[in-house]
Amino acid sequence: MALEVNGKTYETDEEGYLLNLSEWDEDIAKVLAESEKVEMTENHWEVVNFLREYYNDYQIAPAVRVLTKAIGKKLGAEKGNSKYLYELFPYGPAKQACKIAGLPKPTGCI
Amino acid sequence: MNETTGGIEDGDGSGIVKKFMFVNRKAPYGTIYALEGLEVVLISAAFDQDVSMVFLDDGVYQLAKGQHTKAIDVKNFSPTYRALEGYDIEKLYVERESLEIRGLNAGDLLVPVEVLSSAAMGDLMKTQDVVIGF
Amino acid sequence: MLHIVNKSPFENTTLASCLRVACKGGGGALLLIEDGVYAATKNSIAGNVVRSAMGDIQVYALWPDVEARGIQDRVLEGVKMVDYGGFVDLVVEHSNVQSWL
Repeated sequence: MALEVNGKTYETDEEGYLLNLSEWDEDIAKVLAESEKVEMTENHWEVVNFLREYYNDYQIAPAVRVLTKAIGKKLGAEKGNSKYLYELFPYGPAKQACKIAGLPKPTGCI
Repeated sequence: MNETTGGIEDGDGSGIVKKFMFVNRKAPYGTIYALEGLEVVLISAAFDQDVSMVFLDDGVYQLAKGQHTKAIDVKNFSPTYRALEGYDIEKLYVERESLEIRGLNAGDLLVPVEVLSSAAMGDLMKTQDVVIGF
Repeated sequence: MLHIVNKSPFENTTLASCLRVACKGGGGALLLIEDGVYAATKNSIAGNVVRSAMGDIQVYALWPDVEARGIQDRVLEGVKMVDYGGFVDLVVEHSNVQSWL
């Protein structure tokens, strides 16, 4: 499968995750967010950018429990909880935010 | 992802906790064992079990610092071992003899580990409910 | 604890690693299967290693694999033969099992 944005083609898997994360940019992120019916705010970008950083450090997309904990550590307890993250990404912060961030589906997704 | 398990933040203590030991004995890139083993361990973390990882024989090479895989066009998954702590997998054991015969010591590894003698390793293995090798 | 080894001791150090950890840890059992059964042959280097480990660990070999490889007349004394049913019994009898891949 492939997505076309501004004349650029992005390959995705059958669930819509980007195949090549180095191709990621904010334009494709917005398109991926739309496909997830997520309207990106500053808080959304904060999580998406956090995920990209996490991936860059550890070469995996974190499980949601791990993401929650790590966000709490970095951005404070008011953001490091499921309620906050599910409000931003109602269909699962790990799944939706990872997709928008251009990361593979988190390991531990069953 | 089972996002419902992910929602548990304090571990409610329900269910039986078993001791799972994952024994890694293969070097990282020659075969797929190391990567598959690591993925299984990460997934196991979702089930709130007592998980430990053992590195024996060539498995100790999985933890070697300074892995650069660009030129062989394979994903370098060594940084992922540093993520284990965030998954609450903190029991990493390495057999001293496996290190020594390869000219390595704990300082050559990219995560903090507990170095054990063969005997201590054997004792630890006996206490496990489940031992899975990769 | 039951340890299972399925690799020939002549091409691979799995058996040596298993014995190093298992014997010093004390007790338990070793079951040799597939190419692992070659370790149960007498007058071989591997057989000598297995024999000296026998004080610490009870050694079994899977008879169908022994017979298939034609080593049945050269098996070390003290190695107990088991069939597939015996294999299952060993797994059941021990609190845990490690397959040394």
